[in-house]
Amino acid sequence: MESLTLSDVEQKYYSDLFVYCDVDNTKKVASNGKVLDLFRAAQLSNDVVLQITELCGATRLGHFGRSQFYIALKLIALAQSGLPLRVESLNSVKDLPLPRFVVGKNEQESRHTAMYPDTENQGPYSSVIPRPPGRVPAKKLSTHEVIQPCVSAVEPQPDTTSPVVSPHQSPPTSPHAWRKHKRQASGGAVDRPPAVAGAAWPPFREAQPGTHSGDGMWASHSPPPVQESWVSFTDTPPSSTLPAVHPSSAQESTTVRTVASAATTNEIQRQASGYEDPWKITDEQRQYYINQFKTIQPDLTGFIPGSAAKEFFTKSKLPILELSHIWELSDFDKDGALTLDEFCAAFHLVVARKNGYDLPEKLPESLMPKLIDLDDSAGVPESAPEVGFSSSPVEVTPNKSPSMPSLNQNWPELNQSNEQWETFSERSSSSQTLTQFDSNIAPADPDTAIVHPVPIRMTPSKIHMQEMELKRTASDHTHPTSPLMAKPPELSEEKKLAAIKFPGSTVGDGYSSSDSFTSDQEPISSAVTRQRSHSGTSPEGLKAVAPPPPPPRPHASHSRSSSLDMNRNFTAVAAGQQAGVVAFPPAVPPRPLPTQTSVPHGHRPVDGDGLPAHSSTSPQQMPEQPNFADFSQFQVFAVEQPVDDGDTQQDGGQVEKGVDAAGAVRATKNDTQAEERTPATVNSAKGSTPLAPPPKPVRRRLKSEDELRPDVEDHPQKSSVVPGVLATQASIPRSIGKDKKAIQASIRRNKETNTVLARLNSELQQQLKDLLEERISLEVQLEQLRPFSHL
Amino acid sequence: MALVGSWLYNICLAVVCVVPTQNELKFHYTVHTSLDVVEEKVSAVGKALPDQRELYLGLLYPTEDYKVYGYVTNSKVKFVIVVDSSNTSLRDNEIRSMFRKLHSSFTDVMCNPFYNPGDTIQSKSFDSIVSAMMVQSS
Repeated sequence: MESLTLSDVEQKYYSDLFVYCDVDNTKKVASNGKVLDLFRAAQLSNDVVLQITELCGATRLGHFGRSQFYIALKLIALAQSGLPLRVESLNSVKDLPLPRFVVGKNEQESRHTAMYPDTENQGPYSSVIPRPPGRVPAKKLSTHEVIQPCVSAVEPQPDTTSPVVSPHQSPPTSPHAWRKHKRQASGGAVDRPPAVAGAAWPPFREAQPGTHSGDGMWASHSPPPVQESWVSFTDTPPSSTLPAVHPSSAQESTTVRTVASAATTNEIQRQASGYEDPWKITDEQRQYYINQFKTIQPDLTGFIPGSAAKEFFTKSKLPILELSHIWELSDFDKDGALTLDEFCAAFHLVVARKNGYDLPEKLPESLMPKLIDLDDSAGVPESAPEVGFSSSPVEVTPNKSPSMPSLNQNWPELNQSNEQWETFSERSSSSQTLTQFDSNIAPADPDTAIVHPVPIRMTPSKIHMQEMELKRTASDHTHPTSPLMAKPPELSEEKKLAAIKFPGSTVGDGYSSSDSFTSDQEPISSAVTRQRSHSGTSPEGLKAVAPPPPPPRPHASHSRSSSLDMNRNFTAVAAGQQAGVVAFPPAVPPRPLPTQTSVPHGHRPVDGDGLPAHSSTSPQQMPEQPNFADFSQFQVFAVEQPVDDGDTQQDGGQVEKGVDAAGAVRATKNDTQAEERTPATVNSAKGSTPLAPPPKPVRRRLKSEDELRPDVEDHPQKSSVVPGVLATQASIPRSIGKDKKAIQASIRRNKETNTVLARLNSELQQQLKDLLEERISLEVQLEQLRPFSHL
Repeated sequence: MALVGSWLYNICLAVVCVVPTQNELKFHYTVHTSLDVVEEKVSAVGKALPDQRELYLGLLYPTEDYKVYGYVTNSKVKFVIVVDSSNTSLRDNEIRSMFRKLHSSFTDVMCNPFYNPGDTIQSKSFDSIVSAMMVQSS
């Protein structure tokens, strides 16, 4: 006998068939009986069958051993494929479709369509009714037979809609073939899903009378035949819709028919068999689950609370321990409630368990709550409310400071935040303060997260004006707009910077695109640019387009880390007014950015509320606030730009002293500076001093607190004003009146920001003290315990 | 390892013994006595907002040849870890992380609606996590 190499699919399939035929469990199958029936069911001529028999050596042996049987099956496949029967071709033919056996007698459906490893949803199901591990194959087979005939009885027409797919991981020698047939039948029974679903559900309800007979029948079989367990949730009659038709056992089929009357069994079995192919859920199953889900929770995107789920699954009469295990497996996000996905997975596991399959240790991949696309969408909203509050701080941790924007916009992260959710305690323990810190900052004002230093550009381009405004609002909206007027190029740069919401990356862009600042300045575009700057679009982008919706808050990390970059950038840009796009992460308290002072020339102090960024115009400060585009202030700020610039220069000097100093300090300083600038801006509005580089942005950058947000918010206004200023440079004189209002408003904002920063500072100091105290105490304790360690 | 999950009037005690070779009874005794220390620490903490730091009680009492670490959750569930003193490699941070893991897995167990508070914890995942921790630390 030629050695036979079978693929996994084939192996399973053949083993199933062998087991099926091996009713006596003697490991060899007689020529007569099932084998021949099977072969005949292959729809091959008798001659071919005889030839096959000879080839496989059964003729010699007088019976089919396993190997002979397998060879015969392979030959059948060959024959069905139209290939000549050759022993040599047994192993040479690749991708041979599995032999197909048409259910001839007993209304068997064609069991095997092309079975390929690709498990289709339906296919896997049928082919999958995994035998409970460790079960005697014979029993399974019998059960199987019973089921199949039932199915066949009910579903005489083999429905080949669902190609039977041999499960990859068939349970031990489960008669895949039959299962596949079932599957096919189930495919045919698709029209019954409603009935089936309804009937299948009875497992959880109380038995239908009709099912009792089935139950009795089932009971006669070995324990949890796949389908039975499903059925026996309560008394679901074995689904007669089992597609698999057993070639033999007419009697069984008869009995089964009675039993199998309930289509549910088939469905159920099918569904149960869906566990194969590792735990895949068929469509009918899923639909059934969904219907069940609806009975508990009409909203498919909602949750089923744990208690309701508990009651529901308790009806399955599984032991609590197993239900507990199932719950652990299926509650993916550990939230104590089941989403639709989780519910389907849990239900599936329950069915599997009922059918005798052991529960996996880990949730099978196919049951992972990604089966339905609700996962992200549903998971997100689901997780969002639950996790949002917890995850936001988590996400906001410094580790994820860059994710601040993601917090607001990247809901899928929340799914991943499940881990965060789970490890919330961990996070909070270590980084609670920080998280609180960040949480305040991050979600608060995505737009104002990073305040770009308002590039003080004197070009009258609108965009520049807007950027100027942005920066101004971001840093100190008191920056005189005069610089803008006076230095459109600077403004353009600043605008660019302003556009760059996030410091680091965009700063460079901002600077590089200083030339682009000469873009048009329009009040509207200023707002646009502001918004765009928030999103950290490159300055070019800023100029060009209407502002996209305010991007998420810039990363706190940016604010901090980018400060230096900003400084560098600022200094580098030197061109006129370096867009002090100061990353204005509201999270971090402004830190002194010493180098920014030089920058101011191009920078518009983004810190609108007296943030220290006077000198160091963090380029991104401005963009933070575009959202708060105070269109009305555009012109004002634009007007003020020149003034600001002039003041910023002054402020730059001050800033140099302590750029990005503690917020409080700076705030005060900025306030004064802002105030100074305000009048300066007013003056500049009159076309006086050139726009000093906005010192604010640099300082802004380190803001990481909520308090900063208001500042940032102010800044956007200012920055938005900047472009507006730029745009309206020509009309500065006209907007003097507005300037005053804007200045006053900016003053207020600065003061608010100042107070917020001061508060933040004090809180941080307090936290620091606490930590130090704890540290000291721990060290002392350690010292005390040290002697003990030697014991 | 002696994993004792039992509800005692709103107290759940999980004893994780790094050295599983010793007499369990002795550990039980130790744990119960350490409960007193825990209570003392819990009552001593009068802060309004119990934060994570407070949850971790730290070294409760170094005695003889083992050290006892305590951890209490917001719901007054107490975790006690008894570590062999000879195992000096366990740093405080490691203990903290162990407690955190314990806490998170414990909450997972609690979330299970099929778990009735008061039953011994039979969650496999919980056990596996605990076992992994023990193995890792020992």
